[in-house]
Amino acid sequence: MKLGFSPEEEEFRAECADWLQGQMSGEFKDITGIPNLVSKIERRKEWEQQLAAHKWSCIGWPEEWGGRNATLAQQVIFAEEYARAGAPNRVNHIGVELAGPTILAFGSDEQKAKFLPGIASGTKIWCQGYSEPNAGSDLANVKTKARLEGGEWVVNGQKVWTSLAHYSDWIFVVARSEEGSKGPKGITFLMMDMDQPGIEVRPIRQMNGDAEFNETFFDDARCPEDSILGTPGDGWRVAMGLLSFERGVSTLGQQMQFRNELDAIIAAAKANGLVNDPVTRQKIAKAEIGLRLMRYGALRMLSNADTAKIDGAALTYKIQWATWRRDLGELAMDVLGQAGEIAEGDEYEWTMLPNMFLFGRSDTIYGGTNQIQRNLIAERGLGLPREPRGDK
Amino acid sequence: MEFAFTDEQAMIAETVQAFFRENATSERTRAAMEGDGIDRELWTSFCTELGLAGIGLPEDFGGAGLGMVEFAIVAEAAGSQVAALPLLGLATAAQAIAAGGTDEQKAEWLPRLVMGEAIASFQGIHGLDVSGNTLNGEVRFVPHGTAADVFVFIRKDGAWIVRKDQAGVSVTGHTTMDQTRPLATVTLANVEAEPLADAQAARDALHAGGWICLAAEALGGAQETLDRTVSYSMERVQFGRLIGSYQAYKHRLADMMVEIEQARSAVYWAACAVDEQAEEADLALHAAKSFAADTYFMCAGNMIQLHGGIGFTWEHDAHLFFKRARSILSMLGNGDWHREQVATLIMGEAA
Repeated sequence: MKLGFSPEEEEFRAECADWLQGQMSGEFKDITGIPNLVSKIERRKEWEQQLAAHKWSCIGWPEEWGGRNATLAQQVIFAEEYARAGAPNRVNHIGVELAGPTILAFGSDEQKAKFLPGIASGTKIWCQGYSEPNAGSDLANVKTKARLEGGEWVVNGQKVWTSLAHYSDWIFVVARSEEGSKGPKGITFLMMDMDQPGIEVRPIRQMNGDAEFNETFFDDARCPEDSILGTPGDGWRVAMGLLSFERGVSTLGQQMQFRNELDAIIAAAKANGLVNDPVTRQKIAKAEIGLRLMRYGALRMLSNADTAKIDGAALTYKIQWATWRRDLGELAMDVLGQAGEIAEGDEYEWTMLPNMFLFGRSDTIYGGTNQIQRNLIAERGLGLPREPRGDK
Repeated sequence: MEFAFTDEQAMIAETVQAFFRENATSERTRAAMEGDGIDRELWTSFCTELGLAGIGLPEDFGGAGLGMVEFAIVAEAAGSQVAALPLLGLATAAQAIAAGGTDEQKAEWLPRLVMGEAIASFQGIHGLDVSGNTLNGEVRFVPHGTAADVFVFIRKDGAWIVRKDQAGVSVTGHTTMDQTRPLATVTLANVEAEPLADAQAARDALHAGGWICLAAEALGGAQETLDRTVSYSMERVQFGRLIGSYQAYKHRLADMMVEIEQARSAVYWAACAVDEQAEEADLALHAAKSFAADTYFMCAGNMIQLHGGIGFTWEHDAHLFFKRARSILSMLGNGDWHREQVATLIMGEAA
């Protein structure tokens, strides 16, 4: 068990920090520290390409596909320095962290050659089509249909909560390809070009006023027969494989964003004097401890990533960070008081902390609600029986 | 960076877990609870057969070397069975002597403590009347105080060794809620205490060792309350179903696991940080002690609730965990105090 980094790793850290800070104080100064996922989208696409040009876009990937074969420690270091430099959230995070690793794991050589360079070079943005209006927590209740017709898949149905769909070039979609099948059986994992008349994207306005998520409608949308991962009907396995990538090194970058948010709360408490209030100090200390434990939980999870056994740190990670961040939003409003309830301008737009308070209500819902997480933890982690289903 | 046990650490963990599961049985622990809270036979075999009492103590004085990570592994295993042992004395007094004592002091005490020939305890003496090295007054809440042969007492400006058989030392044991670690009052009347050469080092080592020991015990205890409650929920049937299949029940178990996994990160982060003398070691220690103690108490309370009536009986072991958890909450600084230290570390003192 070892927490420290070797001299070579510290050298790597200096290299990362040097390059990232140079970019963020130079050519890309205008997009430093952007809190959300959607503003200045064109500049952020350029940033993706700048990362790619210097081989920083997907360092954990194999070298032949544009990565650096980076070790775990190096990925941790890069994620930390990335956030420390104030570099913006990756507009192609779904491509780099989800689609790419899934294609690497399940794709044929032809598919790798077709899709990976676009992701690695930052020129093709991806989004994911999983949730449906009636398949939220019950993800396998997929109703979107895919049928083969003249050597093409023809897709009809609707996806929801497709983040970044309006900026994406590609979408991966789970659709039911076997008539009459139920649950996880008979689902196919398709990769579809967004630029076609059969796909329509409508933004969803959220309670914070922003529109980061979308509804995506498929009306005879098409893709070639071979634009699938796995075999027809076997898409659930691929989809589940993909979800396991969601708990990757990116969590550490996310944590640096949390760090910035907690620091902003501390700054606000210093500014209004609550920093001297013992109750507030307790709450801030609790948040600080929770954030530190998140880091070490992630490091445990990553250090155990190649072992087959169920890892408690990984299984509990989602509910842990989601609950922590929702609570952090509440702490932010406690510290800001009524000042936090007044927008800066005339628009219904919020600065970092009030926005986090509102957005935090989604953290405990998307990617598996806290209640679903507890089921998963109890069933997979503790081996408890499932609650009997109502539809069987 | 590799935040996982090495093969050697995994082997130690396996060995100690098996040792305590096999030997620290409920029957033996309950027998010890009738006396001074120490299962002597268990302590002797722990010290002599396993040779684990010397973990974290220097090899030159009979210790086994290794570090706080290994010590935490041992304390976690002992805590998981609420073993009736004076392990905390090794984590505190022995660490203080090793860090702040002269070679003579180390040679006098460490080999005996490691072999289980002497038992150590400790306490802070902030309110005591101290003049030079002469101590006067009552030292309350000394864990395993009636069994101890030697005490390390600390305060801001010093750290001292006091032997129980010294003139002016008397010890009164108390009936204590947690009978596996009963508390005593040590009365000192003009006691000539022996100062530890480097008081600062002694105090720091005592605190670090004590906090890690308690946090690791809490982690082990919390995990065990979860495991035992899961087992029970897989046997007990109500309304025609295993109670473990009800979401109202299993979500509580899931919540326990979420806290325990964080406590596990906390304990080993702190132990590692101390071993590596990391800058954030202080923050890690306060985080670990407060978080693990809260986790244990929450889990032990849930164990009682989720067992229903049987969990409230003397016969069932749930109360042993619950009482140990309660005592850990208060010992060596309560959660609010540790969190205030964290607040001070990140924001400075309150005005």
